[in-house]
Amino acid sequence: MEFNPLLERMPTSKMPSFTDREGLFNEERPRYAEEAASKIHGGCGLMGICDESGTPMSGVEAIKAMAVQRDRGNGLGGGYAGYGIYPEFPDHYCFHMMYHDIKAKEDAEAIFDQYFVVDLAEPMPTRPVKGISDAPLLWRYFLNPDSYKLESSEMSTEDFIVHTVMLINSSVDGAFVASSGKNMGAFKGVGFPEEIGHYYRLDEYEGNTWVGHNRFPTNTPGWWGGAHPFTLLDWSIVHNGEISSYGINSRYLEAFGYKCTLGTDTEVAAYLFDLLLRRHKLPLELACKALASPLWTEIDRMPESEQAVMRSLRAVYGPGMLNGPFAIVLGFNGGMVALNDRIKLRPLVAARQGTRLMVASEESAMREVLDAPDKVWAPRAGEPVIARVKGQDWPIHGDLHLSASEVSCAVTGVESSCETVEVN
Amino acid sequence: MPISLIQPEFKVEIDYDKCHKCGRCVQQCGWGVYSFNERPIPDDSKCRACHRCVTYCPAHCIVIKKNDLALRDNANWTSALRKSVWRQAETGGVMLAGMGNDKPYQSVFDHLVLDACQVTNPSIDPLREPMELRTYLGRKPDNVEVEPDGAGGYKLKEGAGVTNNIKLETPMIFSPMSYGSVSLNVHKSLAMAAERCGILMNTGEGGLHADLYPYQDNVIVQVASGRFGVNPEYLNRGAAMEIKVGQGAKPGIGGHLPGEKINKEVSETRMIPQGSDAISPAPHHDIYSIEDLRQLIYSLKEATGYKPVGVKIAAVHNVAAIASGIVRAGADYVYLDGFKGGTGAAPQIIRDHVGLPIEIAIAVVDQRLRDEGIRNQASIIAAGSIRSSADFAKAIALGADVVAIGSAALMALGCHMCQGCHTGSCSWGLTTQKPELTRRVDPEWGAERLSNLVHAWSHELQEILGALGVNSVESLRGSRERLRAIGLDEQTCKIIGVKPAGM
Repeated sequence: MEFNPLLERMPTSKMPSFTDREGLFNEERPRYAEEAASKIHGGCGLMGICDESGTPMSGVEAIKAMAVQRDRGNGLGGGYAGYGIYPEFPDHYCFHMMYHDIKAKEDAEAIFDQYFVVDLAEPMPTRPVKGISDAPLLWRYFLNPDSYKLESSEMSTEDFIVHTVMLINSSVDGAFVASSGKNMGAFKGVGFPEEIGHYYRLDEYEGNTWVGHNRFPTNTPGWWGGAHPFTLLDWSIVHNGEISSYGINSRYLEAFGYKCTLGTDTEVAAYLFDLLLRRHKLPLELACKALASPLWTEIDRMPESEQAVMRSLRAVYGPGMLNGPFAIVLGFNGGMVALNDRIKLRPLVAARQGTRLMVASEESAMREVLDAPDKVWAPRAGEPVIARVKGQDWPIHGDLHLSASEVSCAVTGVESSCETVEVN
Repeated sequence: MPISLIQPEFKVEIDYDKCHKCGRCVQQCGWGVYSFNERPIPDDSKCRACHRCVTYCPAHCIVIKKNDLALRDNANWTSALRKSVWRQAETGGVMLAGMGNDKPYQSVFDHLVLDACQVTNPSIDPLREPMELRTYLGRKPDNVEVEPDGAGGYKLKEGAGVTNNIKLETPMIFSPMSYGSVSLNVHKSLAMAAERCGILMNTGEGGLHADLYPYQDNVIVQVASGRFGVNPEYLNRGAAMEIKVGQGAKPGIGGHLPGEKINKEVSETRMIPQGSDAISPAPHHDIYSIEDLRQLIYSLKEATGYKPVGVKIAAVHNVAAIASGIVRAGADYVYLDGFKGGTGAAPQIIRDHVGLPIEIAIAVVDQRLRDEGIRNQASIIAAGSIRSSADFAKAIALGADVVAIGSAALMALGCHMCQGCHTGSCSWGLTTQKPELTRRVDPEWGAERLSNLVHAWSHELQEILGALGVNSVESLRGSRERLRAIGLDEQTCKIIGVKPAGM
């Protein structure tokens, strides 16, 4: 076979030929189906930054925030998601794809060709970076569902996309959807996050919201698809922690048609947010309360109408409650939310400077990116930190559509309930 | 000809040097073992090893031993089987037994181990951190619908949210034991303990005695095939109603409470004549199909302003499909009773050979309801030999919302598992209506011991949750990822959805 640089990566010493490479993947490197055979454990570092004015920030800011948190990872996974990065294709779903081999690419593209109108397909722009090797084939596609196929599927556009992602991840061998949202994308792989950022040329992107992640997996060889952020539609999740309730969370999600193929906590968190926010149309604040529930003793002290809401949330979404230590940042078109577990077993720090709201595992990241933060604080257990980009739709309230003042109330409420740290 | 070929199972040995000759053993024994002629003389053939006399002997001079009479070894014809044949040759009758299946079937629980946290996630110390066991029993909607309340917050939409659920402070309740099969004092003990622990007791099929009315918010009232004691007032007093279709110890079999146990009080509570046998038909004669069950469920709901209605079934081969039908018929919970569950009286052959282990039943029912997307629509109560907090935790990890304890509750009240419940002569005053025996249980004492047991197991469940690194029981419920199997065959592992240890 003639070597085509767009279809295959330059062979490395471990990969002398395409055929051997296939063997390598089959026998030595785990695919996600195998990786999912047992649950993945790990610790991590994370960051999220949102400019609520909508002013674009270079991806370099995200790289800087992760570089100072290098010690929180072990070089086996790093990644980012940026929002507003594809202004030239704002209304197209952008699929960032990872392929183990040509066959996987062909199989996945057969699905795209059959069910979608693809307006641009191109290899992901990357540059060689020391420390990054064994990259899968990385492609991106700007596409929309074929209107006839969409109509005959009797699904909403979003369900159609989710269905496609589940289909590819669970049944196309060697193909993995890294991201699938509009005007956003995930950039992730095996390496330290600053290396991954340079590899994907994040300095060439500008976005109003960025999330980043540094991974410390303890029991799995690095696999590109297993790095964070994990995404679905335009939700992206970076996560530090261990969801000790993974077993029931994944079984709960399976009843709603989600296929937990990765065996990662982050995947279940992403699907849970999708279920609660998009499908069940819960307001963001309540979705956070369902996933990191207040204690019964706290609920018992609430006013009666709030009690009724919280009792129902816990009784209904108990199987979805994320239990165990975690800090999560959820990014989406329109903002981001950061959330700690119900008893704050993992670090999460927040800072605000003007219109920029930032969260990270360590305060050092904030000091690196924000030159003079107005305020730095440690959010309380289970209290979400919410950032909203001005002028953008607030999609995650479903049909509730909060007014701008209600949202800023929510944000202020969160901050005032947190311990403020003196800023020198 | 000898009257019987069966030799006594136990030997009662009295150390006469230590004996006070006080006669307390004579007085305490409900089985009539002792006569007294200057000193107590035991008749070994009547002894059931219930240890009532041993416990009350002030001189500690009584020892009950196994009668070690040698029978020629035969692994096929065990001595129990031989005795069975002899006994039936004598009587020509169906052999009755009390309590649960005592045959050495493999226990799935004993082949499951729980997980714990190390390094990558912290375990939680239940002595210093909150550890939540509160559980809501009943039907839940698939999602919660809210609307802005106009004050910056949210309220439930009209008719949305969780209604008609029963709050339990710990996911454990007392299993149904009818007044008639057990004494009123036992019922009072259970009801008082249920109230103190924030859980439920269950009337069983014998109605609700007026003395229990103060505890009615902690009582499930049962509607069984005999409909004893069932009237609109009874239904409305209960926190929930339960249609008893079957019992783990005797699937497909009705009940027979002999007339000797139907005294005045029992007769009034059951609404049947004094001294008449109380016979529960094998099926409900108005439930010959699933649609009949649906009609009864909704009749009960209509009669009570839509209180929760559960359905209790014995775990049988097709339990998953049956449970699915029950949920679709409108039940708020399904009560699964495994084949090691106890009974006041059952044909021994049924007790020991019919039904499924509760572990299997929980696993297949939970999975089936999930596969069909109706798991939220009903709670699962699991019973049938929950012997410790380990079984309790494992049952929940397999998918049960709540467990029910019956045998363990009776043991808290003194039961020694002598399996003589059907005789009506329980020396511990539990499964009897003889006033000189029933007065042996002081409800206050009983309630305290039952509360202690519930609290002890709940504390242990909290320890297990803490080790698992979760602080709320709903994070263990159905989380089979936290279980591993040791020594179970591959097919069983698959059926219960648990990986072998090491995977």
